[in-house]
Amino acid sequence: MKHMTHLQRLEAESIFIIREAAASAENPVMLYSIGKDSAVMLHLAMKAFKPGKPPFPLLHVDTTWKFREMIEFRDRRAKELGLDLIVHTNQEGVRAGINPFASGSRVHTDVMKTEALKQALDKYKFDMAFGGARRDEEKSRAKERVFSLRTPEHRWDAKNQRPEPWRLFNTRKKKGESFRVFPLSNWTEQDVWHYIAIENIPVVPLYFAAPRPIIRRDGALIMKDDDRMELKPGESVETMMVRFRTLGCYPLTGAVESSAASLDDIIGEMRSSRVSERQGRVIDQDSGASMEEKKQEGYF
Amino acid sequence: MTSPITARRLPDEADLAQGSIPAALEDETFAGPAPDSATDGEVIDPQGAMKPLVSPAASLLRFITCGSVDDGKSTLIGRLLFETNSVFDDQMEALKRDTKKFGTTGEDLDFALLVDGLSAEREQGITIDVAYRYFSTGNRAFIIADTPGHEQYTRNMATGASQAELAIILVDARKGILSQTRRHSFITSLVGIKSVIVAINKMDLVDYSEARFEEIKRGYQAILPTLGFTDVTFVPVSAKAGDNIVAPSPNTPWYRGETLLERLETVEPETFDAGAEPFRLPVQWVNRPNLDFRGFSGSIVGGKVARGDAIVALPSGGRSRVKGVFGPDGEVASAEAGEAVTITLTDEIDVSRGDVITAANAPTGVSRSFSGDLLWMANRPLIKGGRMIVKIGSAQTPATLSSLDGAIDIHSYETRPADALTMNEIGRVKLTAERPVVALPYGENRDLGAFILIDPVSNETVALGVVRTVGEPEAVAPEGHAENRSGLARLADLWLGEAARGGAEHRAEHRQAKIRARIAGSVLVGFLALIFQMPLLLVPVLALLDFLLRPFLAVAFGADRLPEERKLDPTVVDEGGGI
Ligand SMILES: Nc1nc2c(ncn2[C@@H]2O[C@H](COP(=O)(O)OP(=O)(O)OP(=O)(O)O)[C@@H](O)[C@H]2O)c(=O)[nH]1
Ligand SMILES: [Mg+2]
Repeated sequence: MKHMTHLQRLEAESIFIIREAAASAENPVMLYSIGKDSAVMLHLAMKAFKPGKPPFPLLHVDTTWKFREMIEFRDRRAKELGLDLIVHTNQEGVRAGINPFASGSRVHTDVMKTEALKQALDKYKFDMAFGGARRDEEKSRAKERVFSLRTPEHRWDAKNQRPEPWRLFNTRKKKGESFRVFPLSNWTEQDVWHYIAIENIPVVPLYFAAPRPIIRRDGALIMKDDDRMELKPGESVETMMVRFRTLGCYPLTGAVESSAASLDDIIGEMRSSRVSERQGRVIDQDSGASMEEKKQEGYF
Repeated sequence: MTSPITARRLPDEADLAQGSIPAALEDETFAGPAPDSATDGEVIDPQGAMKPLVSPAASLLRFITCGSVDDGKSTLIGRLLFETNSVFDDQMEALKRDTKKFGTTGEDLDFALLVDGLSAEREQGITIDVAYRYFSTGNRAFIIADTPGHEQYTRNMATGASQAELAIILVDARKGILSQTRRHSFITSLVGIKSVIVAINKMDLVDYSEARFEEIKRGYQAILPTLGFTDVTFVPVSAKAGDNIVAPSPNTPWYRGETLLERLETVEPETFDAGAEPFRLPVQWVNRPNLDFRGFSGSIVGGKVARGDAIVALPSGGRSRVKGVFGPDGEVASAEAGEAVTITLTDEIDVSRGDVITAANAPTGVSRSFSGDLLWMANRPLIKGGRMIVKIGSAQTPATLSSLDGAIDIHSYETRPADALTMNEIGRVKLTAERPVVALPYGENRDLGAFILIDPVSNETVALGVVRTVGEPEAVAPEGHAENRSGLARLADLWLGEAARGGAEHRAEHRQAKIRARIAGSVLVGFLALIFQMPLLLVPVLALLDFLLRPFLAVAFGADRLPEERKLDPTVVDEGGGI
């Protein structure tokens, strides 16, 4: 048998999953969060259906608090690839004035991300949503299936997951139920960066170090991306060489000090890094099992 | 600052054969500055001497840990992650906090908590569901499935095992071989794993006794003959204390073999070589972006395919040749087992999702019935006559359990008669499907020999199994390709129209019906000619001409083909169902 490298095997596995999901869904959608994992997932989807296009639109759940560079990148990529892009924002949340500063990270995430995602899935009646989550991100994700069944209320039942032997995915569901599919389940952060480098996949420039306006808050380095972020007493804006390991809402995403300005640098830095990528995310640290709880409620 | 990345490619076979991997060479540049650690002197580094990873790993090993409850599987994996430097500082901090809260180890870190991620698991101190963990060393990446030892969760263990190339079977040195050790060993063997490491754990609790190690080793060797493992190593370890996990332990001077990690890094697991088989491609998706392209997408599960190869599509039996092979990066001359491809054919034959395209000279079995061994995973018992949906490859079809030939006794590994299988029991069964199934014995093909059963009402996955024999074959199209049929035969095909397509059995029937209908039609023409008082000599000539020529009129007007059949069966997912 031909020797396939680690990345070639992961690539083939992901393409298999993407095709299996698209073939068994009535109305699939790809959640596009604009981050590096989404970039890889989208790249794999393009490969899976060549010479055609992926038979599904992209969905971005916009909390209105994403980095501006992310939004620019999102619109440019969708146009370049000629894909449909649906952007959904929880307007009720906007009207209620939910924001990460006044409402806190927990409420903001619940309303503007989890609720918004459910709204969008219900509105368009999507029954299969691709997500770029990886099992190596977090310990409850390590238990997640590739095809994760959700109730009509979008809940995840950790104790009642279907076994997935070999690659025989059981994609049958009842009316109202839906699946979250994770084609990158078996990829690690390292794999993602190696693949981005090898395949020349465009990513948001925020992943590369550059001088940026930073406020130190609660031990995290938060980038002041617009005027909605106000200084608290004693705070100041410093220009620091930083980059981001994950991307989300700017007030909730901690930067790391870094001089890694190329993919080579990023990979070198990641190898010697002693903290996990999720460390910069304010929302994961609310409580011990917080990711598991959020997932049960319908978070990705 | 290092140079920007230029286009790289994954190393291919030729590179590896020459021992020069261009990607690896270029990746030297990956060893760029490391600002995080360069400035930070307080880095916890249990493996300071560990070589940093300089390139994407060249190979991948998937393995599981299994064995009886509390034998130390999760602790072992946690330890392995820790010792290979795969645990980040913030995760270590969390582990320290968790050990205080849930720990079973007193003062020491409870490494199992790195792996047991669900709150129910942490509270109960057991593993419930498989955890997938990842680490890499030097040139190899590892995907670990840490499986639960508890009998109730056997299905999760079997799931992990089905994807693995190697199993670490743990044995508690104090307890020795338990029935769950035997059950897991049996399932490991059932899913075809050949390479096994028997890790005799908790050596710290038996004073690192060589005698105890040898005793358990002999005990396990006694059950080996029934299991068919071809590569078995025994390693004395302590997951908790770290003996013989990464470095040889001073506590076991009598042990001269490899440490656990050394074994994992060097083992070439004996896996089934799908590349040696004839070509097999289960079709997942029909790719039809425009009228000029009709490709069949899927992952090759056996052999090799190249432009020009003769193929047969099963179960229909349609024959054609490969026009083009497309890999993830575009058109290629050929592709092999393991690769995700799209192929196009020279003829318009009927192929849809669930069908299998195979080498023309080596079609697989196509039958409505097959026998196999399965693990029953549902709460209610499995009995004869039970109706389920069977999924093999990308095909699903309703099926009935036509016979239950016995259950495996986990103590003797013998088959005993059984009327029903209860949860976590393994049985020998025969299944009869509503439609022909394309399958092969598991020993011949991993993908076309594995199946799951799905409850048609609840949609639960209720069993996983392997095919042993494929029953009475359904007739498949006779030998001979579309291309090398004689002109006369092609004319006959045209004349027969729809009756020349489809399975042989179906075709023979259809052909006879067609001929009878044509004869009746000609008789009618002759009869009409008689009524209208045509010359007597002309009547049979007219009838004969009508018999022969009329079908070609149908061809000329395109009325000879049935419109493509819509599948109404809810178990069949149509290609393009996603669009
Ligand atoms: N003394 C000693 N204790 C150990 C060793 N390995 C594991 N243990 C302890 O044995 C207990 C069970 O360990 P786990 O790793 O949770 O066992 P497991 O096999 O994963 O259990 P399940 O997944 O529930 O089947 C824990 O209290 C561990 O600390 C060892 O080598 N020596
Ligand atoms: Mg465990």
